Amino acid sequence: MIASSLAGKRIAITGATGFLGTALVERLMRSVPECHIVLLIRPGKRSTVTQRARREIFRNDAFDRLVETHGKEGFFAMVDERVTIIEGDVGTDGLNLDDEGREVLASCDVVIHSAATVSFDAALSTAVEVNLLGPTRVVETLQDLGASPHMIAVSTCYVAGNQRGTANEELLTDSPFHIDVDWRSEVKAARRLRSDFDAESRSTDRLAEFGKRAQYEIGAAGTPLLAAKTETLRQRWVSEQLVEAGRARAASLGWPDAYAYTKALGERALAESKGNIDVSIVRPSIIESAWAEPNPGWIKGFRMAEPIIISYARGLLKEFPGVPEGIVDVIPVDMVVAALVGVASQGHAGDGSIDVTQVASGTRNPLHYRDLVKMVGGWFQEHPLYDEKGQPISAPEWSFPGRGAVERQLNRVHKQLDTADKVMKRLPLRGKQARLNAHIESQKEVVETAIGYVKIYGAYAECEALYGVENLIEMHESFTKDEQTTFCCDPGVVDWETYVTKIHLPTVVDHARAKTTSRRTDPDARTKRLRKRVLAPERQLAAFDLENTLISSNVVFSYSWLATRNLGTADRVKFAANLLREGPSLLALDNRDRTDFLRHFYRRYEGASVEELDRLGSELLADHILTKAFPAALRRVRAHRQLGHRTLLITGALDVVVKPLKPLFDDIICAEMTQRDGRYTGELTHVPPTGEVRARELQDYAATHDLDLSEAVAYADSSSDLPLLDAVGFPVAVNPETRLTSMALKRGWLIEYWAKSEGRSDRTLPLGPLPSLRRSRK
Amino acid sequence: MSKKPTAPRPGFVLEVDRQTPPILFHHGEGFRMEKLPIGRTRVIYAPEPLRGLEDPDSAIVDALKNPIEDDPLPSLLKPGMKLTIAFDDVSLPLPPMQRPDVRQRIIEAVLDMAAEAGVDDVHLIAALALHRRMTEAELRHALGDRIYESFAPDGQLYNHDAEDPDGMVILGETKHGESVQMNKRAAESDLVIYVNINIVSMDGGWKSTATGLSGYKGVSAHHNVHTMEQSKSFMDQKKSELHKSNWRQGEVIKEHGPRIFQIETTINTNTFGETGPMSVLQKREWEWSMKDRASFTAMNTGLKAMSSANRRKVFHSWKAPYDITSVQAGEVEAVHKKTTEMVYKQHLVPVEGQTDVMTMGLPYLTPYNVNSIMNPILVMVQGLGYFFNLYKGKPLVREGGVLIMSHPTPWEFHPVHHPSYIDFFEQVLADTTNPAEIEKKYEKQFAEDEWYRHLYRTSYAYHGVHPFYMWYWGSHAMKHLGQVIIVGGDPKAVRRLGFKPATTLQDALEMAEDVVGPQPTITHYHNPPILMADVT
Repeated sequence: MIASSLAGKRIAITGATGFLGTALVERLMRSVPECHIVLLIRPGKRSTVTQRARREIFRNDAFDRLVETHGKEGFFAMVDERVTIIEGDVGTDGLNLDDEGREVLASCDVVIHSAATVSFDAALSTAVEVNLLGPTRVVETLQDLGASPHMIAVSTCYVAGNQRGTANEELLTDSPFHIDVDWRSEVKAARRLRSDFDAESRSTDRLAEFGKRAQYEIGAAGTPLLAAKTETLRQRWVSEQLVEAGRARAASLGWPDAYAYTKALGERALAESKGNIDVSIVRPSIIESAWAEPNPGWIKGFRMAEPIIISYARGLLKEFPGVPEGIVDVIPVDMVVAALVGVASQGHAGDGSIDVTQVASGTRNPLHYRDLVKMVGGWFQEHPLYDEKGQPISAPEWSFPGRGAVERQLNRVHKQLDTADKVMKRLPLRGKQARLNAHIESQKEVVETAIGYVKIYGAYAECEALYGVENLIEMHESFTKDEQTTFCCDPGVVDWETYVTKIHLPTVVDHARAKTTSRRTDPDARTKRLRKRVLAPERQLAAFDLENTLISSNVVFSYSWLATRNLGTADRVKFAANLLREGPSLLALDNRDRTDFLRHFYRRYEGASVEELDRLGSELLADHILTKAFPAALRRVRAHRQLGHRTLLITGALDVVVKPLKPLFDDIICAEMTQRDGRYTGELTHVPPTGEVRARELQDYAATHDLDLSEAVAYADSSSDLPLLDAVGFPVAVNPETRLTSMALKRGWLIEYWAKSEGRSDRTLPLGPLPSLRRSRK
Repeated sequence: MSKKPTAPRPGFVLEVDRQTPPILFHHGEGFRMEKLPIGRTRVIYAPEPLRGLEDPDSAIVDALKNPIEDDPLPSLLKPGMKLTIAFDDVSLPLPPMQRPDVRQRIIEAVLDMAAEAGVDDVHLIAALALHRRMTEAELRHALGDRIYESFAPDGQLYNHDAEDPDGMVILGETKHGESVQMNKRAAESDLVIYVNINIVSMDGGWKSTATGLSGYKGVSAHHNVHTMEQSKSFMDQKKSELHKSNWRQGEVIKEHGPRIFQIETTINTNTFGETGPMSVLQKREWEWSMKDRASFTAMNTGLKAMSSANRRKVFHSWKAPYDITSVQAGEVEAVHKKTTEMVYKQHLVPVEGQTDVMTMGLPYLTPYNVNSIMNPILVMVQGLGYFFNLYKGKPLVREGGVLIMSHPTPWEFHPVHHPSYIDFFEQVLADTTNPAEIEKKYEKQFAEDEWYRHLYRTSYAYHGVHPFYMWYWGSHAMKHLGQVIIVGGDPKAVRRLGFKPATTLQDALEMAEDVVGPQPTITHYHNPPILMADVT
């Protein structure tokens, strides 16, 4: 009856790339063989709608059963025959359809609108545009086209808000708890809020704040990168304000979050704007993995409960709020799909009314929060996740505290970590110590995520509404016996124990790619893989920074070595004392602007004899450079050379200092001083290669030698080298300081920890050796 | 007070019994006292230091004026001639000797004669082949400040540079096709006087000039896996392929090279002194007095409290009070025959029969880490290259036997002296420890590396190929032995060498039983002072 009533029908679907949408497309293709499917898809940033459909819908494992029956080719032939894809966007008035798209849409008998921003922390303005206005835009476009298909809008049970007690399958306006809000003014307010926040984000104070924050996060990375970072921070700030505003507005009107609030107003707007179009509303509760179709446990993407479950199993989420005897209203996705197909096949009474079907389990087959927690806890006790060291993680026991208590606890931890993070960032750490900070940072992020979950989902966990499903059950009972199996939408058939422990949790763990065996994975596997890519023969150029990348030294040290080489003991003490006194101010200048620092510092070489410095150069190599060098770094330079890559040293250090390293490199770009009468003037011949200048020099160098920077490798140690690292295809962070460590970890760069040779003689102060001891025999 | 016996006692093989006290094992910059199994263990002690020459300076002059199978030196010196004096580098003797160094005594005597004869074109060259250059301080120590200051500033005293493209010549080829290469200045001289210090029997003879003044091309003719595996041992001239190859190169030098006037010296084994804090190290344990015990305990406690860098400093500042036991000059081969006799006289200890397990305590020093760090490769070469090969006849340990050595073997390298060692250890040994495979796969790449060449020539680095030679040095032992165990070493470094780490000697002996069977015979090689086992 279902299949036959939909035979020959054209069914349009929005939101087909989503979890519910994909399941719906699959079911229609498999179980309603004679319908035609029209998918309205928004083009991606870099992909067409056809590409998106193929990649995000038809390649999904939901279609495995069809591929198995028809073969790969047969399946795609079937897609070509039965599916029409049109380009469109429910976030735009008129859906942004072209003429052909309008024609196709106009020809449809049923439109199932499931496109939504389901992210529970969406910015208010985005949620308003998509969730609130989306359904209205669809019906208005249909009216404009003169079409009158059966419109089925997917909403959510939570439109009922934070009420306790039964919420029936009725329009919100019919509910006794209805709050009369004008959706049009809500839209206007949301849009105004967006432009207000945008304006505020551009105020002098805010911009200064973002600039400071950017500097704090990426350090002295040069103007272009700092500017880009500042702009990103500004946009993020606007979006964060809008998320917060959405949550606040929703709460003020009694909805758990902006999603439920915009969906609720969306229903109301749809009711007002539907005109002569027949509208049905289907309201699922929390949609989770499939009970039976297309396969038990099938899921797409990381959904609401999964991050919480995984964080719990990893021992990260120590507590979660909730009422133990409360009901967690979860509904398997296949039941929602069946309900949608059922509603579509039943058609509409055609009386201008809007019928509502809720797909929820709470009243028919309640799953109590306490039982769920027990099932999950028990399951993870038997199937623990493992940490990187292969140790099983024991999941914490939840004691169901109130939301406030959990939030307070998390906020306290967050504050401590934040302080630690700030302190660490100020310390001049690098290498493995810097990794500790990255660890604190990631702990902080974990806590932030946990706070987010508690804020967003805590409201749902504490929600005690019961969603009536009379219409749903009535529809289910109207199905034939066979259909009650194929299109089962009765939540009563679910055995929660089986669902949670046999179906859902194994899928979630599998999807999260969590470690489920004690087998120790090679902790260096990632590093090895990245290193192999860096040392691939097809790379063309390897650029190296000097200080702290090849050698553990800096311009001050090498200057100090050279300057003291010919001094006697008393003068050396004086020199060292002076340099130490100046240290802090030099360091501060270096942190602000490297170019200024180098210019300022190199003045000291004024009057130095060119010949003398040249002579000391090779001595500097043995006594200072090699002792301070990282042997693995020198080996890496040579490894690149052996592979036929061009090797380039690019540093703000002086030519006299780097000259002894010449045999290692094909070329050296460094700072040079002008000379007069055999003496150095202390002035530089050109802007020293630091910050963005270094990236520019590298680009010029690559252009001159016809090298492809996307095939280049760059090694550097500090966030001030970001322009250099960003300029190449294969950046490598060497003994990175705190900021660069976290950046490299996030961006998946290779990190190398190179150490000085063990057993070298370490001098506390970088002073040259005393002039030779002329001990006369006699 | 002196209880010194009238004549030095010869070497001695002790059978360990209930009365035997714990035996001293050198352990890098420290020591271990080990109780050895009773009834199946022998300890070989070196002969006591031979008496030194009463008046070394007049013995030197006498040797120069009355050379063996050659004309007196003064008769060879003519005005206007080109004279080159080549001398052994910092790798000899071990440890360095107290001032004045024997090289200084000899060269001062030679220079006096040269001045008298009106020779002004004199160059002094440290014949270091592919070793690191000597520093100013080291040259001053070996030659004295007077010589250094008269010759170094004008560029007449310098280190041999085997990679100077304009500084080397090929003299010819041996009948085995081995190239003979020589420092150009030496090759073009009217006379080359070579000043040698013979510490072990493989030093000196044609090796002085054929190797010391040579370069990669000449040295690689015999510094290779094949030659080393065929040298059983390279300390036994009759059975050393290395020795034969150097002697063949000597033939070519005789025919096509400059005239060589060889001066060889031998020193005794008075390494740690007969009195003083270290003297206990060259005494036999059961003869230690209360004072010896006390000073040993004090020394050991003091050392343990020091940082490893300071410990190293203390040991490397030790200068040995050797006595010169002989000086001979003249024709290379005739001179060397006499030298070898003297060396054998000082070192040989007759030993009956081989052993299942050989134990040795490795000290802090090899020829290649004077004023430097004894890295793991040098630990290997000390044990498997030098000590293992200090035999005549047959190896002290039977084929398939186990060698147990004691050394901390830290994963440490001198960044200036041993840059190619670092890469050899990290890169080559991580791949394979098989000498033949290493030679085939990696040698050329390291030997011809621009960076190592640069560091060898301008800094103080051993040549890029040097760690390979070290590894080949051990190839005979590696082939011969069933297993090598290092006691008290850094386990990671020991495993990288392809050896087994053990925490205590007891553990090591138990591990050895897995290879050679239960209740094995054990022989401890009580070295230093240096000894050489004459195994029958």
